[in-house]
Amino acid sequence: MSPFPDRAQVVVIGAGIVGNAVVHHLARLGWREILLVDKGPLPDPGGSTGHASNFVFPVDHSREITQLTADAARQYTELGTLTTCGGIEVARTPERVQELHRRMSSARAWGIDAELITPAEVADKVPFLDPAPVLAGFWTPSVAVVDPLRAGELMRERATAAGALTVSAMTEVLGIDTDGGRVRRVRTDRGDVETEYVVVACGVWSPRIAALAGATVPLTPAVHQMIDVGPIPELAATGREIAFPIIRDMDPLMYERQSGADLEIGSYAHRPILVDPDDIPSLAAAALSPTQLPFTPDDFDPQMEAALELFASVLDRPDAGIRHAINGLLSLTPDGHPLLGETPEVRGLWSAAAVWIKEGPGVGRLIAEWMTAGAPEIDPQHSDIARFAPHERTRAYVRARAAEGFNKTYGIVHPREQWGSDRGARRSPFFEREQALGAEFFEVAGWERPQWYRANEHLVAELGVADRPHEWDARWWSPIINAEHLAMRRGVAMIDLSAFTSFDVRGPGALPYLQHLTVAQMDRPVGRVIYTPLLGPDGGFRSDLTVVRLGEEHFRVVTGGADGARDRHWFTTHLPADGSVALHDVTSAMCTLGLWGPRARDVLAAVTDDDVSDAAFPFGTARTVHVGSTPVLALRLSYVGELGWELHAPTESGPRLWDALVEAGAPHGLVPAGIGVYGTTARMEKGYRLMGHELDAEHGPVEAGLALPGLKAADFVGKAAYTKAREGEPEATLCTLTLDGARDRAGLRRYPQGGEPLLTLDGERIADRRGRPSYVTSAGAAPSLGTHLLMAYLPPWHAVEGTGLLVEYLGERYRVTVARAGRRPLFDPDDARMRG
Amino acid sequence: MVLAVIERETDGTPSAASAEVLAAARDLAHRLDLPVAAVAVGEAGDLPEDLVKQGVSHLHLLRHELLADGGPACTGEALAQLVAARRPAAVLAASTTESTEAMAWAAAALGVPLATACTEIRPRPEGCDELWEVTRERSGGILLEDAALDAPVRLCTLSAGGRPTGETAAAAEVTVDVFVPELDAAVPRARRVERAPRAAGMTLATAPVVVSGGRGVGSAEGYAVLEELAGLVGGAVGCSRVATNNGWRPHADQVGLTGTRVHPDLYIACGISGATQHWVGCMGARSILAVNTDPEAPMMRRATWSVVGDVHEVLPAVIAEIRRRSGR
Amino acid sequence: MDVLVCVKRVPAVGAEILLTADATAVDTRHLGFTIGPHEECAVEEAVRIAGRTGGSAGVLTVGPAETEEQLRYALSMGADHAVRVDAPVADPQPEVSAAAIASALRDLPPYDLVLFGEASADAGHAQVAFRVACALRRPVVGGVKGIEPGSDTVAVRREVGDGVEVHDAPLPAVVAVLEGLNLPRYPTIKGRLRARKARVRVLDAPSATGGLRTLRLRHRPDARAQTVELGRGAAAAPAVVDVLADLGVVR
Repeated sequence: MSPFPDRAQVVVIGAGIVGNAVVHHLARLGWREILLVDKGPLPDPGGSTGHASNFVFPVDHSREITQLTADAARQYTELGTLTTCGGIEVARTPERVQELHRRMSSARAWGIDAELITPAEVADKVPFLDPAPVLAGFWTPSVAVVDPLRAGELMRERATAAGALTVSAMTEVLGIDTDGGRVRRVRTDRGDVETEYVVVACGVWSPRIAALAGATVPLTPAVHQMIDVGPIPELAATGREIAFPIIRDMDPLMYERQSGADLEIGSYAHRPILVDPDDIPSLAAAALSPTQLPFTPDDFDPQMEAALELFASVLDRPDAGIRHAINGLLSLTPDGHPLLGETPEVRGLWSAAAVWIKEGPGVGRLIAEWMTAGAPEIDPQHSDIARFAPHERTRAYVRARAAEGFNKTYGIVHPREQWGSDRGARRSPFFEREQALGAEFFEVAGWERPQWYRANEHLVAELGVADRPHEWDARWWSPIINAEHLAMRRGVAMIDLSAFTSFDVRGPGALPYLQHLTVAQMDRPVGRVIYTPLLGPDGGFRSDLTVVRLGEEHFRVVTGGADGARDRHWFTTHLPADGSVALHDVTSAMCTLGLWGPRARDVLAAVTDDDVSDAAFPFGTARTVHVGSTPVLALRLSYVGELGWELHAPTESGPRLWDALVEAGAPHGLVPAGIGVYGTTARMEKGYRLMGHELDAEHGPVEAGLALPGLKAADFVGKAAYTKAREGEPEATLCTLTLDGARDRAGLRRYPQGGEPLLTLDGERIADRRGRPSYVTSAGAAPSLGTHLLMAYLPPWHAVEGTGLLVEYLGERYRVTVARAGRRPLFDPDDARMRG
Repeated sequence: MVLAVIERETDGTPSAASAEVLAAARDLAHRLDLPVAAVAVGEAGDLPEDLVKQGVSHLHLLRHELLADGGPACTGEALAQLVAARRPAAVLAASTTESTEAMAWAAAALGVPLATACTEIRPRPEGCDELWEVTRERSGGILLEDAALDAPVRLCTLSAGGRPTGETAAAAEVTVDVFVPELDAAVPRARRVERAPRAAGMTLATAPVVVSGGRGVGSAEGYAVLEELAGLVGGAVGCSRVATNNGWRPHADQVGLTGTRVHPDLYIACGISGATQHWVGCMGARSILAVNTDPEAPMMRRATWSVVGDVHEVLPAVIAEIRRRSGR
Repeated sequence: MDVLVCVKRVPAVGAEILLTADATAVDTRHLGFTIGPHEECAVEEAVRIAGRTGGSAGVLTVGPAETEEQLRYALSMGADHAVRVDAPVADPQPEVSAAAIASALRDLPPYDLVLFGEASADAGHAQVAFRVACALRRPVVGGVKGIEPGSDTVAVRREVGDGVEVHDAPLPAVVAVLEGLNLPRYPTIKGRLRARKARVRVLDAPSATGGLRTLRLRHRPDARAQTVELGRGAAAAPAVVDVLADLGVVR
């Protein structure tokens, strides 16, 4: 064994598939003095990699996960550790058949070969399966089985051969020392190592290891049961580890795959069995391995019955026995996504946790690129460990959401589906009033936000809003949203925006600091409201937000609730070391009401003595106004395309502000409106882009239609790439499309939800020259335009207004038309209403 | 007195296990300042001469026609009656099948406990007159148990191995008395109807050497070299679960949790990483030689001896070396 | 022929066994439970005999309700009925187990053959079969690796010393068996589903005490010293053969 080093450029903790992939890619990108440690032995240290079922199903509704999986599969293939066997997701219920159609849409959107097949075709591919209970199959020929232990060995070998890696197995990490919030040293039972970078790739143990440095990795170990039944002569006769397609029996939430002479059956159907990271047995204490816990047969019995329904011909035999049965541990996170990136608590401490085998090597590359270049090629927005609000890092929250999420692993999850557990973590001061109005609360970052108000139900008939006839289209939706929208455009609405994340940026370095982070010119007069993109180093979107200059050295940054935690990490890590800028998160101190509509000025004028005329308070400016005795920071801007203000008040004064507006608004037809209007209908009519939907790291401001007229002199993150993009022709243009009266085979009007692929009229998939697919980034009603809108990036040859295309939605194709290429709104194209 | 139960070979001499029992009985008797007595079934033969040299001063010979065909019930019953009559402080026997079952029956008949697989007996620790302590093996010998033995007569079987035997200060003389138990022929009992030498033949469970292969062997054909080595060392071939699952070997060859548990003198683990599933099957081996490309593999760390290298390089070289030395 | 197998719930341990803080028991927080390998063979044999003779294969344990998990395991291997003699602990002293089983055998319909494993996988007292036989005045043979049931006797084979013995026992008889008697089958899926629904008959145990009380458990001092590396690759061959010669397996 090599001598244990006393310093390293980076220490990677955990030699499972992820840790091995991280060291390989770091070495490839030029890192040296890499130390890989694991408490267990090699090649199987005892973590989840050692007992995983090792299959790769490439199609996921999430583009990010699909990209990671595709990259991982490429790497497994290149390492010679991938065996393609094909896979079939089978449906036993009509609702699941619909879900398989949705899988088809995702497969087409991401460009993965797949096909819906009949029960007879399923049985052709898997002759020992009884097709009687099956209604349909989703066949993906590229489904494969990989050998992550071997892949890990090869990746270690490569890094070692490059002279970059020292491997130390059977090495326990005892502590991670920090200094000034930065990693300095890793202490182990073989000695201490000075280092500035640590990657926690410890799977189910990650929370424990990160805690040594004072950071949180919000995951919980959870049980996934699996059994091996055999020997089965038909399988043994193949002489191979796997020769038949893997079956995912989606309705009972389970899978069956050949494993040599055995059929392996795994389940995501049993009750959530969560384990505390501190309760995972040691290598010595475990009967099999620390992550292979004793099987609890009672939990698995329903799966056995379900398995017999499909596979009685091979399972119901006296000599086919249950040869192996475990409660395997895997990592669950509150939202089901991995935990990647630098932890927000400790600089230099990176997490690469909660990763499935199918993504492992892809995550290795992503982390290595991110650590090396500051941004990975694949946008990690939904996997970024910095995405969690403080309450979302607590044990109680993680366990509640993981328990709820476990059975969604193979579940049918509606794109708007809301979580049920641990709700109400963050309530605005308006909460009780909203509740009294029958608010339907949706959650963002723990905030309870009204999506619509049942109190407005009478408006549906009054304004002639149509319902959606199909249950799936109408799920987690209400026609009240469209009614509130029309009421706002007709009169005035107020919208609770307290979930906004707000920072105060102060100090002599505040202006240059913000200039460095933003695309827009920050050196504007005090009182100006500035919308700006924030870019990553490669010129893709990192965020978009509003900055208000409150003083020469004082700015207020207002960003969305969903991305607030990530933005906070981004702002924090870019703070100058000299202390010239102070950043304070004032989210909890402020509540926000939006007041918008043709009558908004009438309402505001009625509650304040301040002059709110257009002359005194023009668009794009901010001022403090007094509503009674409440000082309110009013921002004259709009995301809904109407005259009005964002009113930011001290949290404790929120109820008074609300009451004042309600009282003054009554004569003007003021209605409360939900986020359904703010985030979807009004936004889309105005062509406004939304971070995480239209805006991502793969696209820059030019393609998104958000390039600013001028280019500021100051340098800023992503400037080089942005400048280059401005000079060339975009490879894709963000377009708004109208759905042209879509009716399905049953004659019902249908409404795509987002995520669907766009096709040419000939049914061809569309991608731009960089291979980026054209799919629906947002979909929603446009009540004032009387249509349903879709947004999508299209390559230049399709990004032409008037072009007809198709959208594929739940197995049918509907005609759409490019109504707008670029950012000019379809509704009130000249913005006359909000500037009025 | 301390009574030692003597098992006899077919020629009537005490078995090797009995020698250990005698040594332990002597040691215990010495500490208690009691005489050593022995009990055996059958005629005296050379036994008194053997035993007097080993410090035995009383020999009780159990004699009854029902004892001839060796059912545990009869021996146990006879032993119980002898103990009831002579009231020894302790009765010690070997942990063999035959002695254990006789002792168990006797304990049941006497209504006293039986401590099996003892490694140590501590009479009257710290001034306690009645309660003795024993140390015995549990969980196949992985654990030791200290237990309080509360009985008027202490029945113990001794785990095999580790005690010095050999000759010791002889007793002045040995008194031989014949004890004829009262056995009821009407009580149903098992009878030995046949006894034969054990047949030769190699099984995984009984082989003195097991040459076992795992993932590192690489293929079904790869086992040829293991077969060849096994032939040279008089061993059987085993495998890990990977090999069975890949169809390289039949399940009957699988060593491990879901296969056979082996107890050979030497276990040669070829290309086996030593996952626990496998380890539990071979941990009973007296010694382990591991061959693996990965020096960090658990099997390499737990083995008595290790060789870092590929199975298909190391084994052919070992086979060649064996042939060279033996001229075969 | 009606056969009853007596089994015991024991922890399924790994390479090392952890003890509770007071060292009086095995720490089972992270462990599952099983029946010992001898008992698995006994269950297998009972199932085979029952199948061959058109009889029944019952399974019995002594302990609290959780020991029914092991009864159901035996049922899933093919046993057809199960009895639990209620007792407060799953690891009673041998006198207590024997009294409970003997009492149950008096209460239950008669069995031709009662099978035990030679010793439990945890305590290893190796005596309950004989105590039960003594209490019921039944013939008993231990160390058995072969069973041939006849019409009113059973012939059993065992290895003793360097010999192989065959014993004949009139029925009803008690037999303690060793692993290697057969190759036990794995539970089947159908077996497991049947076992889940099976009703376990519960009997009360007579009061009894034992005279061997556990004071503490400890690990045997590790006899195996550090691993000796004999070398790398083919170059290690002479050192390997030296070891083989020392062990006497090659000349």
